[in-house]
Amino acid sequence: MENRTKAVVMDATAVDRAITRIAHEVLESNKGADGLAFVGIVTRGAHLAQRLADRVLEIEGAKVPVGTLDISFYRDDVSTRLNPEVHRTDLPFGISGMCVVLVDDVLFTGRTIRAAMDALMDYGRPSCVRLAVLVDRGHRELPIRADFVGKNVPTSGRERVRVHLTETDGEDVAFIAEGEEVPAC
Amino acid sequence: MLSSRHILGMDDLSTEDINRILETAESFAAVNERRIKKLPTLRGLTIVNLFLEPSTRTRTSFEIAAKRLSADGINFTASASATVKGESLRDTAATLAAMSCDLVIIRHKYAGAPRILSEMMDCPVVNGGDGMHEHPTQALLDLFTMKQRLGHLEGLRVGIVGDIAHSRVAGSLIPALLKVGAVPVVIAPPTLLPSRPDVMGAEVSWDLDEVLPTLDVAYMLRIQMERAEGMPFPSLREYARFYGMNSTRLAAMKPTAIVMHPGPMNRGVEISADVADCERSLVLEQVESGVAVRMAVMYLLLGGADSGAAA
Repeated sequence: MENRTKAVVMDATAVDRAITRIAHEVLESNKGADGLAFVGIVTRGAHLAQRLADRVLEIEGAKVPVGTLDISFYRDDVSTRLNPEVHRTDLPFGISGMCVVLVDDVLFTGRTIRAAMDALMDYGRPSCVRLAVLVDRGHRELPIRADFVGKNVPTSGRERVRVHLTETDGEDVAFIAEGEEVPAC
Repeated sequence: MLSSRHILGMDDLSTEDINRILETAESFAAVNERRIKKLPTLRGLTIVNLFLEPSTRTRTSFEIAAKRLSADGINFTASASATVKGESLRDTAATLAAMSCDLVIIRHKYAGAPRILSEMMDCPVVNGGDGMHEHPTQALLDLFTMKQRLGHLEGLRVGIVGDIAHSRVAGSLIPALLKVGAVPVVIAPPTLLPSRPDVMGAEVSWDLDEVLPTLDVAYMLRIQMERAEGMPFPSLREYARFYGMNSTRLAAMKPTAIVMHPGPMNRGVEISADVADCERSLVLEQVESGVAVRMAVMYLLLGGADSGAAA
């Protein structure tokens, strides 16, 4: 699968600004950092969750717990497609009663988020679950929407939207890549 | 996905497959520590436990694994199935196939029965122990347990002590250890060794006390009275004296070395009660690993199974 760039939709500065803004929005809607937790969906959502927590620490001086969630076992397409790599879910805090902000890089069909919410509920009963994504590219297949969006990017169903982060790919960038999207979860 | 559709013996699995199973099992082990241990992963699939030989721990382990993955598990046991009424394996297989199950685990007293079944079924078949041949999921859970405690598998010296000739556990564990780069050492009196122990690829010794200090793992096999023909040693007491694990022998091992046993244990024969219950005995960890490893095997055999049709 190729990752040839067709158009850059967010460069490093834009990614950084979006994270700062989302951090502010989360704090505003939660009225502070009390009872807040960021849970990132592996792999890139986990890095974004960590960045949001770091930013909240800078803004508010409050340490917000961060967890990672692997949704491989909750996907609705296990019988047709197997995740090549299963990562560990790491929630080092009780989520019951917390306001959990789920974090992912790209919001597409909504199926990943459906799986993530199911997974989350097996760990406890959060008081609320919010969704933060860096890019919302549309084409939802489920009634799911994001509460905090870095950038809305209208796309064609045939395009692929990718986010690269320094932690995994050496640079911060969101771009539209050539080639059709594999049926996503 | 694994390179083989069935797991009938260790020959079906590549080193890559083994590593993938062990890695996936780690995630399932974490799930088994949660309050809600059930995952929706294999919802709607039917897994048949065809246990035509008595077994509690293996059958229960597979059953729990299936339930934790939300699959429907169905048990056939020898006494309750039509086998006692004289039904042949072929007919049993045809019956199961007609009920369209998605995975069959089979335990049978004859070596090769799982292979025959796999040739007659459309779904994957997992060997849950066949005669004196193989018991692959036991070997996988043993590798997992060793890796959890010792951190790595490569280069480990694993002494397998006891009835090598009749043991399906050894039959799978020896090739499994070789595939991951560990060194199996079989230790037994000549009467309990196969006629050509060298072809297994393991080091061979008759003297437990001599090799003990070099081992990272002492794997004690059960003395199987029901399988040993004639009397391969003069008395159980004598066997225990020369080949039994006890606190004196444990003290002669490396301080990090561990003791394992596939169960059920004959306390006082191959393992003394104080060693069996001590912190360096991983018998219960093995049972615990069993569920996670079998969940991983089911997940990897059944997940992505329809990808050929969908793509």
